[in-house]
Amino acid sequence: MIPQSWYLILAAALFGIGMFGVLTRRNMIAILLGVELMLNAVNINLVSFWRYSDVLNMSGQVFSVIVFAVTAAEVSVGLALVISAYRRRNTVIANDLDMLKF
Amino acid sequence: MFTTVTFASILPEILILSIGLLVLILEPFWKDEHKRNAGWLTAGGLFIAMIVSLLFGRPAEPTETLGGMIRFDWLGFFLKMLFMFAAAATALLLMDHEKAGKRGEAYLLMLASLIGMNLMASSADLVMLYLSIETASIPLYILSGFLLDDERSTEAGFKYFLYGTLASTIMLYGFSLLFGFSGTTDLYAIAAALTSGKVSALLAFGVVMLVVAGLGFKVSIVPFHFWAPDVYEGAPTPVAGFLSTASKAAGFAVILRLFFVAFPAFSESWTMVFAVLSAVSMTVGNLLALPQTNIKRLLAYSSISHAGYALIGAVAFSQLGAASVVFYLAAYVATNLLAFGLVMAFQRVTGLEDVKDLAGLSRRNPLMGLMMLAAFLSLAGMPPFGGFVAKVFVFAAGIQADYTWLVVVGIVNSIIGVYYYLNVLKFVYLYRLPGEDEENHPIPLTQPYMIALVVLVVGVIVMGTVFTPFFNWSDAGALNLF
Repeated sequence: MIPQSWYLILAAALFGIGMFGVLTRRNMIAILLGVELMLNAVNINLVSFWRYSDVLNMSGQVFSVIVFAVTAAEVSVGLALVISAYRRRNTVIANDLDMLKF
Repeated sequence: MFTTVTFASILPEILILSIGLLVLILEPFWKDEHKRNAGWLTAGGLFIAMIVSLLFGRPAEPTETLGGMIRFDWLGFFLKMLFMFAAAATALLLMDHEKAGKRGEAYLLMLASLIGMNLMASSADLVMLYLSIETASIPLYILSGFLLDDERSTEAGFKYFLYGTLASTIMLYGFSLLFGFSGTTDLYAIAAALTSGKVSALLAFGVVMLVVAGLGFKVSIVPFHFWAPDVYEGAPTPVAGFLSTASKAAGFAVILRLFFVAFPAFSESWTMVFAVLSAVSMTVGNLLALPQTNIKRLLAYSSISHAGYALIGAVAFSQLGAASVVFYLAAYVATNLLAFGLVMAFQRVTGLEDVKDLAGLSRRNPLMGLMMLAAFLSLAGMPPFGGFVAKVFVFAAGIQADYTWLVVVGIVNSIIGVYYYLNVLKFVYLYRLPGEDEENHPIPLTQPYMIALVVLVVGVIVMGTVFTPFFNWSDAGALNLF
């Protein structure tokens, strides 16, 4: 069997890539994709922790299913906000949203 | 499985859900000019819900219900009442908002977020904790971007969403590691697993930092505060008030529950982290508040520094510390909602929101000037208002836990704070309108504002004079953490 550390390294790498995407991309949709990658890293973590410990204790799986559901809600709200910003400003570049500054 | 205790432990949430459904069902049938009645319905419903919960939903011994998801104790109960009070006041302030007040969704979203906050205060399981934090946050993202035809509001909504999801995802990664290391999602079982020494201190410190990033965003302490001024300025003002009070208080509820219950084994490392963050938040928040000209941005930076003060109680890691945080939150919620409510009432009539536009307010509406005095002196920490007593308790907890340096930083910062709070009052009381014809530019208060503001100002004064019962309740709540 593949050792668990591989999964954890994969998850950490995915989390890092997602974070890098969120911090460097300027397109709002791409930023959302970065957040999605980070959430998937969390799911890999949760499921691998479940698989490699007590398999009868379902809380890891339940947790990851709930993360799915919340992610779906979160991203749909996020896309709606992107669309409402796009309608007002005609842009999806995050840097162009600069009205609120001091 | 479904016993009376189970029912009682989620009674406030059930009632809030019923109010939300009632708003949703009734609102489409009302004529346009009656739609603001949804605000009366929400505020009145919440008031009744609070009374019903106080009568039938009081906790006895701390118990875990719903399979260990919910912890039913005084801490959760007291905070729930606080959130419901804040939501009722916000509903009243929202009613006469020009664009959002006539839309039932606004009240519904606020109630949905309130359910999340209530569960945040009482969840005893990582799954429930994550779910409740998101339930509280997602409706607030929408509410911040609620004014679709206002560029600043849409921008604020998107910014809040972006920072919020990033912070909660980082925290969730921390939760997943916490689950992995301890093999359980129950906070009390996690505490036992961490105390047994299975987990190395370095790993635990990393996890704690991930969780601090997420919660630090919710309560807007300094390295995670960037969203606050932008969102407060862009969001509809009642929503900004709700964000800076109830949402922040809910974040502190989670900090208390999570760190006091689950991480006592590593208390040295996280209290040190919190001490540094607290000192930095107070200082940076106050210094950045000094040059602000927009009153909402000024209140945003002031709320960042107040998060720093409240954190001193958590740093103390004692029963007095926890009690002082809860008391601080209660006083702060009333005070800051009052300040935001006054700004909202002023802005509704004049459309202006700069500090200098407040000139002559004491002549344009003497009552508002007086309430402004109470709100800003309480924020500055002057007796006989709630803010003073709250600061005393927090500082006492800090001294008791040997964090004298932190308390000194706090006191120096309070003095800086007095400067810019009094600066606002200078415009209200000493300056006059350019034409000196304030009688011709009155600022009328509508009925919902009158009710909300008077209740809040009474709350601020009561908490600063007859504070013993409030502190006893906070203390009873804090006792449940140990």
